[in-house]
Amino acid sequence: MSNQSYDPRVNRLKLGNADDPIKVEEGENWNVYEVFHQEKRGAHHEHVGCVHAPDPQLALVFAKEQFGRRKKCVNLWVVRSADILAFDLEDEDMFANNLEKTYRDASGFKVMDKINKFKGEAVKQPKA
Amino acid sequence: MNAALKKAITTLITSMADDALILGHRNSEWTGLGPIMEEDIAFSSMAQDKIGHAWALYRILQEHLGGEDPDQFAFMRAAKDFTCCHLAELPIGSYDFSLMRHFLFDHAEAVRYESLQQCSFEPLQQLSKKVKGELKYHTLHADAWLLQLCRGGEESHRRMQAALDRCFPLAAGIFEPGPQDALLIDAGIYPGEQALYDKWLNTIYPLLVNASLNLPDPAAVAPQYGGRYGNHTPHLQALLQEMGEVFRLDPTAEW
Repeated sequence: MSNQSYDPRVNRLKLGNADDPIKVEEGENWNVYEVFHQEKRGAHHEHVGCVHAPDPQLALVFAKEQFGRRKKCVNLWVVRSADILAFDLEDEDMFANNLEKTYRDASGFKVMDKINKFKGEAVKQPKA
Repeated sequence: MNAALKKAITTLITSMADDALILGHRNSEWTGLGPIMEEDIAFSSMAQDKIGHAWALYRILQEHLGGEDPDQFAFMRAAKDFTCCHLAELPIGSYDFSLMRHFLFDHAEAVRYESLQQCSFEPLQQLSKKVKGELKYHTLHADAWLLQLCRGGEESHRRMQAALDRCFPLAAGIFEPGPQDALLIDAGIYPGEQALYDKWLNTIYPLLVNASLNLPDPAAVAPQYGGRYGNHTPHLQALLQEMGEVFRLDPTAEW
């Protein structure tokens, strides 16, 4: 399917001799694409699943059918799953102490009283 | 609206609806058999869209032109009373044929509905706006597969070319002029079959070139006509029998 390339970061399809007839092995050019769904314009695209497709355009077509036909949808993204870089599962320990670092958590700041008070004043004294 | 124009519009809408119903039924025969799961769902969903278009058109006949109940009209008519084109009637064959038919038919449909955006008969004009997005998606799907398969190696390209050669005279038959074409053009209903045919050729030609397919010379091709006048291939009768089988058990049942 793919061969070693000179660049260790990427796999390349076997290109072969330019004069050879193009021969596609079954499933060779099919990829998994992750699908991101946008519910309204300006909203975040949210990951909803994946589709199997031979190219990005058909991945979009299939994504429209699998993920865009029931709930509200204004746009979709597709990204080749192979293009996603993720941490190894065994590196999960990097995140282990997050729960102890509550000082990074914005919930400790009591500001709503001040905000509400400010809003109340703004209503009482509308701009001239 | 005078009686002659009413009749002409009814004829036009019936042909459009019958095409959509019969091809929608045909394409739905792929459900569960599609080449891959995602495509199976996509093709089935578009088949449903077509049946939805047929229903909307039959409803216009019923509400504005004194037509029958859409279900009765769709399921109880004899084959000779259908005016679908032969392209829509043929069995699904293999996927190359079905995809090529889908490509040629849906572009024809898109061209037709686009022209109806200026239609002087309001219900048709409104429907044309409503289906615009769906047709855009259908043609996107068809174009993507066309390119994919035509670039998918020698055998794949050869089969797509063979499918085009077979489908083209049939697809030209979509544009068989009806008996009242001149009347419809004068009344501003639509630009007529010849104009739609020319526009359709201009739409598909660059797409076919891009996919390295040779369009048969339109001047040398005899379009497969007859459907608009009730002359059909034997395949239609078989299809109608199967499609209406359950409905005819009890035509007055509430669904």
